[in-house]
Amino acid sequence: MNVQQKATLQKLGPFLALLVLAAGLAITSPDFLTVGNLLNVFRQVSINALIAFGMTLVILLGGIDLSVGSILALSSVLTALMLSHGIDPVVATSVGILAGAGMGMINGLVISKGKVAPFIATLGTMTILRGLSLVFSEGRPITGLNSDFFAMLGGGYVAGFIPVPVIMMLVMFVVFWFVLKRTVFGRHVYAVGGNEEAASLSGIKTDRIKIWVYTLSGAMAATAGMILTSRLNSAQPTAGTGYELDAIAAVVLGGTSLTGGRGWIFGTLVGALLIGILNNGLNLLGVSSFYQQVIKGVVILLAVLLDRANKK
Amino acid sequence: MKRILSPLLIGLLATGLIACSKQGPDTQAASEPAASSALSIGLAISTQNNPFFVALRDGADAEAKAQGVKLITVDAQDDSAKQISNIEDLIQKKVQVILINPADSDAVAGVVKEALKAGIKVVSLDRSVNGAEVSAHIASDNVAGGKMAAEFLLEKIGGKGNLVELEGIPGSSAARERGQGFHSVIDGKADVKLAAKQAADFDRAKGLTVMENILQGNKDVKGVFAHNDEMALGALKAIEAAGLKNVIVVGFDATPDAVNSVKAGQMSATVQQKPELIGKMGVDTAIKLGKGEAVDKFIPVPLDLVKQ
Repeated sequence: MNVQQKATLQKLGPFLALLVLAAGLAITSPDFLTVGNLLNVFRQVSINALIAFGMTLVILLGGIDLSVGSILALSSVLTALMLSHGIDPVVATSVGILAGAGMGMINGLVISKGKVAPFIATLGTMTILRGLSLVFSEGRPITGLNSDFFAMLGGGYVAGFIPVPVIMMLVMFVVFWFVLKRTVFGRHVYAVGGNEEAASLSGIKTDRIKIWVYTLSGAMAATAGMILTSRLNSAQPTAGTGYELDAIAAVVLGGTSLTGGRGWIFGTLVGALLIGILNNGLNLLGVSSFYQQVIKGVVILLAVLLDRANKK
Repeated sequence: MKRILSPLLIGLLATGLIACSKQGPDTQAASEPAASSALSIGLAISTQNNPFFVALRDGADAEAKAQGVKLITVDAQDDSAKQISNIEDLIQKKVQVILINPADSDAVAGVVKEALKAGIKVVSLDRSVNGAEVSAHIASDNVAGGKMAAEFLLEKIGGKGNLVELEGIPGSSAARERGQGFHSVIDGKADVKLAAKQAADFDRAKGLTVMENILQGNKDVKGVFAHNDEMALGALKAIEAAGLKNVIVVGFDATPDAVNSVKAGQMSATVQQKPELIGKMGVDTAIKLGKGEAVDKFIPVPLDLVKQ
């Protein structure tokens, strides 16, 4: 087996794990392998997957973005406030996503220009933005969104049965795949994550790459926030708590290296599906939520341990 | 080969873990007698990090076991998004009835409608659902609790004297119903006078200041009914500071602080909800709905009085 084949097989690892898990659930739970349930799982996964796509780029840079859950909450609170004041839903949604991108850009600026470690920088903005979403919402869920367009984002169907969030997830998957594989920007992300100094010496504007990547991460978190707000028909100031960890888990499960420079977006999609199917399957089997957490943690640890073993 | 092996291992381990978890599908199938015609009920609970809801779940569990029906509990960990996913999974699982204890009354309306569309009966527990029509709502009987508190107060003050009522957040259902029950007993009693009735918003600090102000004008207070324990404990501080003795203070909720205060002989009583009973009645109602029987839209759950 040559090096190329080995690399391909290693990349397909998470996908095989997903197939094994799905097969196991199909045998143990009669309700798992139905079209209805699979669409249901994809819809549930879409929110985490969208955040994780952005997180993949961040982690490819060797960074981390802890603020995505707070960005999700603040942008949905802002959008819900606009909607409840009768602002056009298309405008409100666009402004919400742009606001998320702006929050991400602040992360990027603090990290690149301010030379603050990503962990610390995004820990700070995570706390600030969560606080602001509580401030703007006065700590209460914002309801009364009454908008058909907005309700469709999370609850609508394309062709009568494919949920809109699933379509959004697949479209963004293709976009991110194309950006990473086929654009100069994508190559630069890998280069900066692999060796920042070498990338800088070869003329890549590393600061600009970082700012863009965190901006994208913020925009994706806000997009996920729109779907979530639409599904709940209310903006919750505490929404998205802990989502950063689910997104990081999806990225890592998908085989992207936490040290940067190595990974791919297909892996992240598979990682998000693994987590989603695990949640869904454990619910279908009636496993208590306490055990569910234990099992999820064990799976994440195993994935990383085995990935390490493979690299030796 | 190692590269194919490792993901296989992850998958196998994951499925293995599922298979060996104690609430696996086999145990459920075994605890399901034929008599119940295999009714399966989903319980979507808001959180299990709060003793109140753990007790609610335990009550439902015990009743399900006693009646021989299948109960699948899913826990939202106070996250409305997770609760929606949980309920979607229950819909896929094709349970016949879903008992829902909403993490947020508004946010679950959409998924409750989905369940109803799938032909599943829905019953809300403790908190109601806003924006979707459920078969029944099961919650504490706050009106009865208010009555219970008033009757206890009257007995303790010997049927005459000045009373004070500290209201919860004006307009909230708990404040309205507790107040209504209280007034249904004391209103029209010739020897009983409601010397003051003011809102302290369920807040301990406000309970303290509001009571201080009331005591400025009325030294002769025999009893206080507060719509929750926090306000009652605040009022108690004001009463102690004013040096008044033998004032009967009755709260509501039976929080640990309040129960300790009752035990120490400071607060006189507090009205306690019965979360286990809410869970039990939830399962009973689900069984009725499963058999196609009619149930009441609102099913009040009786309360208890904690006193020394």
